[in-house]
Amino acid sequence: MLQTFPLGGIHPPENKLTKDKPIEKMPIPKTVYVPVAQHIGIPSEIVVNKKDVVITGQLIAKASGKISAHIHSPVSGKVTKIDKIVDHSGYKQQCIVIKTDIKATEEAQINTDKLRTEIKLSPKEILERIHECGIVGLGGATFPSEVKLHVNADNPVDTLIVNGVECEPYLTADHALMLAKSKEILVGIQILIKALGVDNVIIGIENNKPNAIELFEKLTKNNDNIKVASLKVKYPQGGEKQLIKAVLNREVPKGGLPNQVGVVVHNVGTVFAIYEAVQYNKPLMERVVTLTGKNLINASNFWVKIGTPVKDLLEASGGIPEDTEKIINGGPMMGKALKNTDIPVIKGTSGILLMPDVESHRPEVQACIRCGGCVSVCPMGLEPYLLMSLIERSRIENAIDNDLMTCIECGSCSYICPAHRPLLDFIRFGKKLHNQNKAS
Amino acid sequence: MNDVLMQSVGILGGLGLLSSIFLFVISKAFYVYEDPKIALVEDILPTANCGGCGSPGCSAFAEKLVKTDDISDLFCPVGGNETMQEIAKLLGKEIKEKPPMLAVVRCQGYCDVRPHTTKYEGPISCAIESMIYSGETDCQYGCLGNGDCVDACLFDAIYMDETDIPVVISDKCTACNACVEACPRDIIELRPKNKKDLKIFVSCVNHDVAGAARKSCQNACIACGKCVEVCPKEAITITDNLAYIDPVYCTLCRKCVDVCPTNAIVETNFPVKKVKA
Repeated sequence: MLQTFPLGGIHPPENKLTKDKPIEKMPIPKTVYVPVAQHIGIPSEIVVNKKDVVITGQLIAKASGKISAHIHSPVSGKVTKIDKIVDHSGYKQQCIVIKTDIKATEEAQINTDKLRTEIKLSPKEILERIHECGIVGLGGATFPSEVKLHVNADNPVDTLIVNGVECEPYLTADHALMLAKSKEILVGIQILIKALGVDNVIIGIENNKPNAIELFEKLTKNNDNIKVASLKVKYPQGGEKQLIKAVLNREVPKGGLPNQVGVVVHNVGTVFAIYEAVQYNKPLMERVVTLTGKNLINASNFWVKIGTPVKDLLEASGGIPEDTEKIINGGPMMGKALKNTDIPVIKGTSGILLMPDVESHRPEVQACIRCGGCVSVCPMGLEPYLLMSLIERSRIENAIDNDLMTCIECGSCSYICPAHRPLLDFIRFGKKLHNQNKAS
Repeated sequence: MNDVLMQSVGILGGLGLLSSIFLFVISKAFYVYEDPKIALVEDILPTANCGGCGSPGCSAFAEKLVKTDDISDLFCPVGGNETMQEIAKLLGKEIKEKPPMLAVVRCQGYCDVRPHTTKYEGPISCAIESMIYSGETDCQYGCLGNGDCVDACLFDAIYMDETDIPVVISDKCTACNACVEACPRDIIELRPKNKKDLKIFVSCVNHDVAGAARKSCQNACIACGKCVEVCPKEAITITDNLAYIDPVYCTLCRKCVDVCPTNAIVETNFPVKKVKA
């Protein structure tokens, strides 16, 4: 019996078109656009000026506030302007535009191919290094990683879970990384063990990646501390709370964080970024992005520099197919359609998905037939139909009483609804209204 | 036969008497004093229950008017100065006269001047569309056209025109502020109502720099500053790439309308200008 979370969940078509593709290197972009709001928390503060010459890995925006992250220049070149451009949020945001000096960028590449297993830094130094290198959670939530690793005495941590689930359809970035950099990820796990002082590690991988499960089982055979958990294919298995429930049978309290049940969860991509940061002092400047779509000529996984415009990516993979209607940043379940193709790849972009015309339209919204489908699939045990009708009538307080804020925005309710009701849109709107009311 | 009749009359009459005594005692014991003035004030108020005064309804507002000593800050936008004067006379309190206001839509992003670059298929609500992204056009400040303001208006004073931009019917508008609050983009503004409904205002809320603003909408204010130069009363200011005409200083001379290169400044209800020979 495969492990999984007990409540709700759906099984959308997997469509992992790029699962056998290795990670290709993306050519260095001519211009990069680096937004300052790439992570959850306060946007970074720009520390360079127009016409400054920057080198690869140089700090260009520093963390401001407790929950924030540094941003480093992904290329060597010259800052041509600091301007507002449309980013993944659909709005214009502050952004640093750097014209690349391709030769200098190539020379400044940090080669991390050689495996370094010896961990020289102390736990405190590891945390500092992770902060300095601007590492954020690469699974999509982009929460600053260093903040997660601070262990306090009230909530002792006993288990580290490494999230290699990748339950989003289409995306294979984590899968490809696990196959290509398995040894490095294991060193990354050792680094986190040292930083957290835990002795129990579980690597959670969904059952649709048998080669990755096999590989990690082989590599961790002689290590009793690290276990590989093979998980049932079910969305949203990769959600932090669902994963903890599946592998440890512990439930994170309502509105709480994983460290309250003694767990820290990190994505495999983050673990690899931490390895590079700690062993090579390499800041987070590039990541694996799955470029996929049913009609795309060269759908594959790429190493992409942060700030590369999406159109450069599309050019490298054979151009936009004719019947493309929607370009999504992320997967089909939690991703967001992009407003134009000038929008850059950011730290949280795990995939770019091209949807053809026939698949990308929303069907007509009909009246709720009270089938309860949304209730049965909600992994958090909420009643989405009720929340939607409460929010439609501006009764936010009542919605809060019905646990509106525990929604993880996985979109299972909207996916399953036979009347095609925009449940998640309204739930997100209600959460936004509540946060606004709280702020004012 | 007679006995039965008398019996039932006696029982029912007795029950009625007992109940009335019981109710009388209860009503005396739990009596809540309510100022009779509240009911009188409520009769004067327009009972639209629109919430434009800031209270949840007319009855709550009447209570507030009676209980507050200084009512000079309180105002019923629907009833206007006449109603407020009547109330002041009744209560013997001082009020401050306020100029009549009118809601004004500050966007001219019609389909032919503001090209649509994306398509939105989500819920028909401006508030949700603006939460998801900046809208179907490249202007992230302008009207989204889903009609949240029309839904909010209790007086049927707003309708959407054929290009999905709201239009205010001046005669019906009571300046209750509901549409201003409903608009997630802050496009609608309350401005003083002039004689004959004459209006001059900057019909744009785009804060982008000139090039970007003009590219997204041909009617956008590009903050060129021509109107500021020509204004004899210094009523126009430019902040954050957007001109604003202060209605307090504006004398409706129409000079700014003539110089505006993008037609962002709008005049309404003025007589047609005579063409000089």
